[in-house]
Amino acid sequence: MTSKLFRLPFSLRLTTWLVIGLWTVAALFPLLWMLVMSFKLPIDGFHPNPFVVMFGPQTLEVAGGLSIFNIALTAVVAYILLSVFAAREAWLERLGSTEEGTKPWVVVGFYLGFLLVAAFSLVFLVPWLSQLFNFLLGSIPVINTLVKPILGLTMQHYNAVWVDNAFYKYFINTLLVTLGVVSISLTLGTLAGYGLARTRTVWVFWILISVLILRALPASTIVAGYLSPFIEWGLYGKRIAVIIVLVAINQPFTVWMLRSFFMNIPAALDEAALVDGCNRLQAFWYVIMPIMWPGVITTGLFSFLLAYNDYLVSALLLDGETRTMVPAIMAYFNRETTTTDQLEAIAAAASITFPLFLLVLFFQKQIVSGLTQGAVKG
Amino acid sequence: MKTKPFLLFVGPSIFVMLVFIAGPLITVFVQSFRQTQNVYETAEQEKCDPFGCKTTTVTVPKLDENGRAIRETRWVGLENYRIIFDWSRATAAFSESGRGYWSLINIPFWNALRFTLMFTLVTLPLVLGIGLVLAFSVNAILQSLRGPVIFVTLLPMIVTPVIGALSIRWLFIGDGIITAQLERLTGQNIAMFAQGWTIELLLYSYRIWHTVPFAFIIFYAALQTIQSEQIEAARIDGATRWQTIRSVIIPHLTPLLVFVGLIHLMDTYRAFDELVGLNAAAFRVSLQGLTYSFLTPDEAGNRSIGRASASAVLTIIGIILLLIVPLRNTWREQTQG
Repeated sequence: MTSKLFRLPFSLRLTTWLVIGLWTVAALFPLLWMLVMSFKLPIDGFHPNPFVVMFGPQTLEVAGGLSIFNIALTAVVAYILLSVFAAREAWLERLGSTEEGTKPWVVVGFYLGFLLVAAFSLVFLVPWLSQLFNFLLGSIPVINTLVKPILGLTMQHYNAVWVDNAFYKYFINTLLVTLGVVSISLTLGTLAGYGLARTRTVWVFWILISVLILRALPASTIVAGYLSPFIEWGLYGKRIAVIIVLVAINQPFTVWMLRSFFMNIPAALDEAALVDGCNRLQAFWYVIMPIMWPGVITTGLFSFLLAYNDYLVSALLLDGETRTMVPAIMAYFNRETTTTDQLEAIAAAASITFPLFLLVLFFQKQIVSGLTQGAVKG
Repeated sequence: MKTKPFLLFVGPSIFVMLVFIAGPLITVFVQSFRQTQNVYETAEQEKCDPFGCKTTTVTVPKLDENGRAIRETRWVGLENYRIIFDWSRATAAFSESGRGYWSLINIPFWNALRFTLMFTLVTLPLVLGIGLVLAFSVNAILQSLRGPVIFVTLLPMIVTPVIGALSIRWLFIGDGIITAQLERLTGQNIAMFAQGWTIELLLYSYRIWHTVPFAFIIFYAALQTIQSEQIEAARIDGATRWQTIRSVIIPHLTPLLVFVGLIHLMDTYRAFDELVGLNAAAFRVSLQGLTYSFLTPDEAGNRSIGRASASAVLTIIGIILLLIVPLRNTWREQTQG
């Protein structure tokens, strides 16, 4: 299919590529740079020369790094993984499709298996093969440049963050809070969304309007109302407090999104179920939900993002042992910081961002459809 | 759906929203009229020095059995609001001894109000404009390239706001890579975090970086739904590219421009995370940041719940005022259309 580009005059074509190029760089650069810095020693990480930061000569001398072989092998493995991922629809079909679409557990199994294979190959296979080839080729005069480290890389900051400073505690807290928020939000939201989608009274209109208004409220205003009761009832510092507040904040958006997904499913389906003798709940659970789960996943994604990325509520209601990851990283800055401390904070930030990167990679379609659902359909 | 099943399905959600959102709102409103303070009492203290002993009366906080200060909550009416608005200082700013706007800005509330309003209103056209241009651009490139471009575009929106702001901070602070290059180019010493307006620029940049993806996705998806026949028809009728855009595409996109604008207003008015990530507290504070600062305990472990609640109420009023105009237009369209 010829792209519209060929019908554009040269000046517009140039502008288009310029815009896209500039934007891509602007979008990626801060995050990529953060990643690059996190693997270097302070001397290299904070150097004013960008090439020193990227190649990390001091780090190379002191702590070793990646060789051409390493990089090439990782690139090959990554390419294979990405190709499988790009062709995942074809794979899923081959593995287990029925007429109604692929069963949920096949999909989950595929993704989990994919993640395991990817993790195994990147964490074990590539380093092991590298060591093997390092040993085999290391002594041959010209070829050994392939296995000599050229890109400075050190894992010490990640080590310091996750092992020495026990960042995994905060990770577990974030996981617990996020899990709680997503499960409760989705349960309440699917029920409400279905009810609102299948009813035509004027109540629905008013509920939707109030939902929109509630979405506009700042989190701090709601937490201000919670703090005194929470402290009195001993809920301060408990993760359940954050879960309650986040579920409440998230409800309007979740209900709105799920309702629009339910509206897309023709009412004829559950009408047929009702005629066949089911009550509303049975029609909902046995007929609608199996078709609905892509929409549930999309909404769940946004609930997850809200809980995972939250700073204000967690910072006000949690501290010490129950803290979640995002407030914890800000705590790094409240201490006296050496450049090594700062790089550890950068490593922590990169670690926090990594799951989100995977999320966008795996769920890009769902995120886009979720965003456009409420908007384009009105 | 009949009433009973409707209530069963929708009830739990409505209950949660009433109790856990509407409830705290009422609490906040009530709390804004109260203050919790230490209770003071007069006591006699004996002070002895080489010249003899003296007894004086002093006021000290009352302590309970555990040795902690007793705090009581009492009704103070509009006192909290008066403290936040700081009328005497505010009006003094415009008298002869004050410096007008610059004196007003020294009061935290007015500083926060000015920043939040400007932050919201200045970034709005930029986000809409860049999102639109980006949507047109991506719409014009090869189909196979769009997926990766959209992937890259989504990242600024999905990354945790605090971390996104931190990543921009690390580029500019001290000898950050971009500051270093700028210093090399201009030959001057640049300190991006030593004055308010450079931090404010960085904040604007972050917010645009973070919100453009959302605008882009919405506009891009809408562009996909424009029937190519309409465009063909306009072209056949002799319209130039720009006339086509003006009379076919923009009208199609207008409701979405309003929608994205609305969401942007709502979200940016509540901006807080990026001020934390860019450590702007010394220079800039947003309205939500003001409430947050009242809610954080001081050294004695006390929180100014009363003032926080008053600040929260003012923020809510601000949002309602901000949203009234766009919402009223949308309402009129909905009820007429």
